[in-house]
Amino acid sequence: MQRRALLQNTALASLGLLSVGQHAWAAVGDASTPSPKRLVVIFLRGAVDGLNIVVPYADSGYYSARSSIAIARPGSDGGALDLDGQFGLHPALAPLMPFWQSGKLAFVHASGSNDGTRSHFDAQDFMESGTPGRKSTPDGWLNRLLGNLPTKPGYTTPPTRAVSVGAVLPRIYAGSNPVANIANGQGATKPTLLDRPAIGSAFDKLYNKDDKLSAAYQASKQAHAEVMESLDGHSMGGTMQAEMQAANNGAPLPNGFPDDAARLATLMRSDPRVQLAFMALGGWDTHANQGAGKGQLANRLSPLGQGLGALATRLGPVLDDTVVVVMSEFGRTVRENGNGGTDHGHGNVMWLLGGPIAGGKVHGRWPGLTPSSLYEGRDLAVTTDFRQVLAEVIQQHLSLPDERVQNIFPGFPRAARSGTGVMRT
Amino acid sequence: MPVLKLLHLSPLGLLLTLLSAGTAFAQSSTQPEALHAVNRMSFGPAPGEVARVMQIGVDRYVDEQLNPERLSNPRQLSQQLDSLHTTRLSQDDLIAQYREAQQAAKKDKDIGKDERRDMVQTMTLESGEARLLRALQSPRQLEEVMVDFWFNHFNVFSGKGLDRMLVENYEREAIRPYAMGKFRDLLGATAHHPAMLFYLDNWLSVAPGYHASRRKPTIAKSSGLNENYAREVMELHTLGVDGGYSQTDVTQLARMLTGWTINPRKGRGDSAFYFDATKHDRGTKNWLGRTVSDRGQAEGEWALDVLAAAPATAHHISYKLAQYFVSDTPPAALVDRLAKRFQETNGDIRAVLNTLLTSSEFRDPKVYSAKFKTPYRYLLSSVRASGLPVTSVRPLLATAYQLGMPLYGCQTPDGYKNTEEAWLNPDAITRRVNFAVAFASGKLPFARPMDNTGDGARGIKREMKKAEDGKYNPDWASPPVDTDALLVTVAGSISPATLATINQSEPRLRAALVLGSPDFMHH
Repeated sequence: MQRRALLQNTALASLGLLSVGQHAWAAVGDASTPSPKRLVVIFLRGAVDGLNIVVPYADSGYYSARSSIAIARPGSDGGALDLDGQFGLHPALAPLMPFWQSGKLAFVHASGSNDGTRSHFDAQDFMESGTPGRKSTPDGWLNRLLGNLPTKPGYTTPPTRAVSVGAVLPRIYAGSNPVANIANGQGATKPTLLDRPAIGSAFDKLYNKDDKLSAAYQASKQAHAEVMESLDGHSMGGTMQAEMQAANNGAPLPNGFPDDAARLATLMRSDPRVQLAFMALGGWDTHANQGAGKGQLANRLSPLGQGLGALATRLGPVLDDTVVVVMSEFGRTVRENGNGGTDHGHGNVMWLLGGPIAGGKVHGRWPGLTPSSLYEGRDLAVTTDFRQVLAEVIQQHLSLPDERVQNIFPGFPRAARSGTGVMRT
Repeated sequence: MPVLKLLHLSPLGLLLTLLSAGTAFAQSSTQPEALHAVNRMSFGPAPGEVARVMQIGVDRYVDEQLNPERLSNPRQLSQQLDSLHTTRLSQDDLIAQYREAQQAAKKDKDIGKDERRDMVQTMTLESGEARLLRALQSPRQLEEVMVDFWFNHFNVFSGKGLDRMLVENYEREAIRPYAMGKFRDLLGATAHHPAMLFYLDNWLSVAPGYHASRRKPTIAKSSGLNENYAREVMELHTLGVDGGYSQTDVTQLARMLTGWTINPRKGRGDSAFYFDATKHDRGTKNWLGRTVSDRGQAEGEWALDVLAAAPATAHHISYKLAQYFVSDTPPAALVDRLAKRFQETNGDIRAVLNTLLTSSEFRDPKVYSAKFKTPYRYLLSSVRASGLPVTSVRPLLATAYQLGMPLYGCQTPDGYKNTEEAWLNPDAITRRVNFAVAFASGKLPFARPMDNTGDGARGIKREMKKAEDGKYNPDWASPPVDTDALLVTVAGSISPATLATINQSEPRLRAALVLGSPDFMHH
């Protein structure tokens, strides 16, 4: 973290960033969106250990398989935070408990892909294309969703209708519909050399063609202008700044995910045009020394919990129109390996956060951890297809008709779907 | 430097050189041919390079680059590399230093922490210098290109503990010496290197039921199998994900590789690799349809033989090479020919590259400028094209980080991709443009003197702090990029339409517009 911050600051300084007049460009597009509903997807790359996140503490198979890394039962030192008498939350995720209590947080356990691959790369690819087992799908499901979102007469899709946080565009957004990406860290909100009118207009003339590079350049410039405008508080008459500071309680947020999540929330709150957002976090591939209530995994979960908490809090009233989905490519082995870690498994847990969620509940059918109920004798089985959960969110929350859901998850016909009830009705 | 002298040729002189190159030598090449070869086989044209290749012809250039041992480094580069200290340390030394810092941290938290941070920063800086100074200046450009290719193929992540200390050694001992050698040697060297053993956890993998004796201090608690390396060596390094193996094969190979671990005191010579027979699973395995009886370390060595010789491996490597050098979607016929060559020569990388670089598919004008540069290549090609001397690579390390491609910073074992799909996105373009403007206008501290000696580490920390505040010695700024010289160097890379637009803009912005143009994003 130290190095990251240092390098980033060095980089910014070394690039000679200087202030220019605000609002070099007026934001473009029709400000009134066809729908106020939003979806945020957070992908945990590397296969997070879902059994240590939503802990099946009432299942005796759990403790017998994990002698050194199990999360203790609720009530004991470093124990899980009880959810429903069957499952408990990892203690590092304590910042999320208020959302559980207010019915805005739910989980779907034993969920995942019906494809059995234990390759990170294939499994991520399948979850991002939305077509498990089919590698030839050229685009990602979030991009297809963008193309299928409801529209209205006279509406021009703004470049920030779908945003991605991070320096590279993920597979889930691959496709023909334009997506803006904004940088991690404070880079997103600082003026750049390209913001200087003379430099900007000279480059505009080079990037005015009808091709991918020009489209990318233009999208980036517009997104940057919008982000700058949203985050400097002007569009909210300055109240955003004050609110951000209040939410901070004066304390600066730690670097990394909590910071980026808070920034995203601010952007979404002040810019109603942002309907889809995506972020990814790595570092979950805990083959060795993952720890239990404390340790490596706990150290990764802690900023994740803080960040999700900051995201939900800062969205404020917008949280009532927002669904946040947290997912990972597959789960990890039920049994801990010889190195205090876990290897690549199968079923995992999906997290759902937001006002429209049927919260305070662990959804999905729990298959149990007895040897005979395990997938291939070693992993948590999948009883809910991840596409089922996403399809329900898309259909009910984003109001997409069934035939459009079909476009987003081809090969997952309605007949194969059965409701899980994750959305409040 | 003869290369720089070409810069001073008058336009007429250069024109004559170009014309004569087209007629006087039977094997000379046209500008587009030479430019394409230089674009793909190096990190982009440096001053005079395309003209030189036109003159000697692409075939001789290929031959020259395939035999890097015949090319020696320019004196400045040798001196710069000689001034690095950590790049002489052995695996044992590096691991010992890491342990010492850990011990110091136990004794005194604050001092230990400082020492460790200094050490880590020195390593980060020198590892970056060892890689980037070569990539910028070495005449053995194809070798540097292959180091990039193979490092990503056999990726390790410097952010994982001990590997911060070891990435440079890994590249020096396991990658670079075999970059154009035999694939089996490369596979073996990476498999035995502590950076890989640590990164993919094989050093921890032991026979089920193994328990370390209590008297012997052990490096880590390990009492079972870890299948991380066994999986990735098949999926990523050799057979490929569809190479025809199962989960059972992963587990069986992991069992065969138990006992392959790190022990600096017991390894041979300076190598920290150690086969610990007490940790080896002595049971019978069944791997890829073969029965494997107990043969200790030889089981793993034999497994690497089998993997290196498998047809799926030949195809997997060939596909990746063709994608890297020819196009994001490489022609199947070329891949098949490369795979055949790979098998005929028992994985002779030089032979496969020769087939590739002399193929009609590689030379096809349709693939000229068809590749979108990775951030790494974009930065290197900009600096090379400028012809400016570089003494500090810090601005490159910092910008590569911003562009989402920190050097040695790919967390996942599949390494960085080199396709347009992976790197073309809105933010990337404007960030590249911002770099081009800062660099071309002489705002980046590329001319900062190298100083990694003595208590240089502390110095680095102070400098970092100052840089955070946007302050650096004005003497460290590189001069602005000379537009006319730049246009000669990259001639052919920029389309007439782009050039016309650039020529209508303010003169002070022109070099930035060249380096930040859509045309220069491709190669």
